[in-house]
Order: sequence, then C-alpha cells, then structure tokens
Amino acid sequence: MLKGEGLWFRYDTKLPWVVRDQSLAIAPGEVIGLVAPSGYGKTTLGKLLAGYLKPSRGRITLDQQPLPSRGYCPVQLVFQNPELSVNPRWRIDRILREKHPPQQYILDALGIHPGWLTRYPHELSGGELQRVAIARVLNRNTRYLIADEMTAMLDANTQALIWQVILEFARQYDVGIIAISHNQPLLQRICQRDYLVAEQTIVNLVPERQLSI
Amino acid sequence: MLTISNLGIRFTQYDQGLHRKQLTVITDLDLTVQPGELVAVVGASGSGKSLLAHALLGILPENAQLSGTMAFQGEPLTQKRCEALRGKAIALIPQSVGYLDPLMTVGRQVQRVGQLNGLPSRAAKTLTARTFARYELPAHTPKRYPFQLSGGMARRVLVSTAVMTQAQLVIADEPTPGLHPDVVTETLNHLRELAQEGRGVILITHDIEAALQVADRVAVFYAGTTVEIANAQDFTTGNLRHPYTQALWRSLPQNDFVPVSGNQPSPDQLPVGCLYGDRCAWSTAECKQARPELRFVRQGWVRCIHAEG
Repeated sequence: MLKGEGLWFRYDTKLPWVVRDQSLAIAPGEVIGLVAPSGYGKTTLGKLLAGYLKPSRGRITLDQQPLPSRGYCPVQLVFQNPELSVNPRWRIDRILREKHPPQQYILDALGIHPGWLTRYPHELSGGELQRVAIARVLNRNTRYLIADEMTAMLDANTQALIWQVILEFARQYDVGIIAISHNQPLLQRICQRDYLVAEQTIVNLVPERQLSI
Repeated sequence: MLTISNLGIRFTQYDQGLHRKQLTVITDLDLTVQPGELVAVVGASGSGKSLLAHALLGILPENAQLSGTMAFQGEPLTQKRCEALRGKAIALIPQSVGYLDPLMTVGRQVQRVGQLNGLPSRAAKTLTARTFARYELPAHTPKRYPFQLSGGMARRVLVSTAVMTQAQLVIADEPTPGLHPDVVTETLNHLRELAQEGRGVILITHDIEAALQVADRVAVFYAGTTVEIANAQDFTTGNLRHPYTQALWRSLPQNDFVPVSGNQPSPDQLPVGCLYGDRCAWSTAECKQARPELRFVRQGWVRCIHAEG
C-alpha cells in the first residue's frame, strides 16, 4: 500500500501552499485517476508521492515504511515531456540500462526499434522517446507508477499502444498506477476502480472524495 | 486561398566524412484552405505536421530542399514571399509561452506585433487593450511576464498575437495538449471565431477529438504524406476512407482503444509502395509497387487504391 497522509507542500515559507492537506492511498494492482483543473497541485502531489519533493507536513509510506532515500525508488514517475526526463548526452541504450535493463519483450511490445538504441534522445520523436522513458520504469523493482499526463503529447494510436503495455505489466506484477490526466474518456477506460478527484479552490481545499464510475 | 500540392521536403545530411545522404521527410503532401474555413491537420509525431507550418513560414533549416507547389492567394509561395508575409498575412499561434520573450511583459510583446504591422505605438497599445478585453483577460495582464500567466491566460495571450495582425491565414501549432477541457474548448472556440471573421485557419494537432469539435475538414498525415482529407462529420458517421484514419479513430479511449502495431517508416528507409503498407490489413501486392495517388472518393480525398466510393 502506498499512502500519503495529510500532505502539505509549499516551496518556501513565504509562498502560498501548493498542496493542502491531501491524503490518498493506493493498493498494489489498483489503477486510479487523479483529476483537477490546471494549477490545483496534481503534479506536485505526484512528485511528493514519488519522492521528488519532500512534503512540508505529512508523511508518505510504502507498506508502512518511509520511501527509500537512496537507490531505485519503487515509486516511479513518468512525465508528459520525455525529453526533460532523460540525459541528453546519453545514448538510448545507456538510458535504458541506467538501473534495471528492461526485458526484451517489453521493448518489443512498446515497438522500440533496435536501431534507436545507438541514437541520442534528440534524434527520436516525442512519441518514440516517451516509449523509451516508459520501458525504463517497467521492471520488477517498480511497485507503483505515477503517470503524469503521460500520453497527452501523443497521438491516439501511440496512446493506446502504451497503455495496453503498461496495464498488462501492472496486471502481471501487481503494480499500482496513479494516472494524472485531463482526458476523461482515457481515465474511464483505464481505471477499473474508483478514481479520485482532488478539489481545491484558491482559498481552501476539500479533501479528495471517491467517485464511482 | 492556400493550395499545397505534392509538397516534398528533403534534408541533406552528412553521414560519415563527406558522404551525404538524403532524408525524405515529406512526400506528396496536399492541403487546401479556403477563406473562413478551419482545417485540422492530425497525425502522429513525425508525420510532418510541424514541418508544414515551418515551410509556410519559411523557417526550414538551410539543408532542406522543397519540391512541389505552395500557392497563397493565387501566387506561388517562395522563400522571399514567405519572409515578407509571415507575421502579417500569415500568422502563427505558437504552442506555449516558451515562444514569448521571458524578459518582456506580455503587453509590450503583443503591442509590438501591432507596431510591426504598421500601427503607430499608441494605436497598437489601444488595440492590445481591446484584444485582451475581447478575450476577457484581467486588466493587469499587459504588465505580467509570461511565467506569471496560468495555462488558460497564456493561450488567450498567444491567440491575441495573431488577432493583432490582419493575417488571412492563421496557423495554430498544437495549442491544446495537457490543458483542462474547459480551456481546450475555449481555445478552440477562439480559433473558430477567427475562421468566422473570414480568415483561413490551420489547426495542427494530434488530438482528433479536439479537431472534430471545431474543424470543417480534417487532413490526416502519415509519414509525411496526406493519406486522407475528410469532412469533420465523416468520423462519427463511419464515412472514413483510409485504413490509417479508421485505425486512428478506433484507437481513441472512448472507441475501441486498440492500437495498430508497428511504426511509421523511417525517413531513410521509405518503401517504394504505399507508406502505410506494412501496417495495413488491406495491403496487397499492388500496394507495394507504387505510391497511391490522391483520389476523390465519397466527397473526400484519399491516398489508397482500396478505398471504394
């Protein structure tokens, strides 16, 4: 179980709260969606849960333990723009092998061409590079995946391909997924269970509530 | 107003040493835009959508060679004419505030567009204020820097830059990804309004749903070629002609959510025959022999020999 309890976050004590008193929990194998208008702190919440940022208040636990501060994080975050999440001076091969090299069948399922491996990130299109960024996290050490507008930049065909591979992987290894997206039809398609709506206005914040679909 | 036929773009690259190779990134691209019409251009990344915009604005890199014809208001679009028309008769609505100067207030930047179009500074300032008011931007907006704008405000400022010109043709490059549905609808409606004023609008996007909300016609690009030009209602009425367009429509989450396996062919290894041949269920020996010509089938254009009327 990945749990965030009473999470608050702001970048500086003089700056306004970005995340105010948010709590959420996700079980292995569960797929939930996170929906809210722009600027409501969805991405920040994702970064908190993946350990990119430390919450100003509250805590995050993975099976009652804090997230590990060193080594491969079992909670992995995939962003909207892959070119910002890979080292531009590394070839694709090295990017994929940084920690746990993905299995060949994952590369095949995502349609990652062997010819791409010797190229640099800028020599791939956005859709191609996003598949590389996803292949990188699809290994047994990933327990939870946070997909932050992961396919918003991609065409419908690539989007369907990527989600098909990820959902199959999650089913196989009991990986929990939090999908952050504005795309309602997509969330309705991929989230088998309830999905969360984080609601916040500029002055106050209502704790998230479960919606049945 | 705008007619593009058989446009081709090739890049010359140095491979190893002095060995040069030709990358054909666009082959047989066709598109027409009438005044008052909104044409959406959809396709995967790498299908040539942005290169088309770059060609129209004359901002392709130096190693690019153009073939085919582009004509704007009846006269051929040469590099020189592109340079003379861009920002005046042909305007771009860029993808994000990343295209604005981060160190200049948005008011000054939008005003500058007016001045570059020949307005005296006071008139440009008034027009900026009027344009911002038209898009219901708060009164303090002109004094804001780009980073201080929310996603929705940024979109309205970027649309304002195009409205400040007398542009007859407006090109919007991927204006909607990752935005909240309300902001998407608002942005698309602004584009629709520009078309209603009699301008031609090209909406470049990978988001078919967004395109269908406002477009009159939809051009589908695949691997640098126009595979189909359909009317917007053809998608929902099952009147699509090309197998790729049908697959793209089926892969939407609200439809079947089933992808077609494989990739677009790489520009240095284009097949002799149909560019979609290796992924197509209809493919026959004839498809592998030559590129299909664009044909007029059921009130739309399609580049497939198997599409039937």
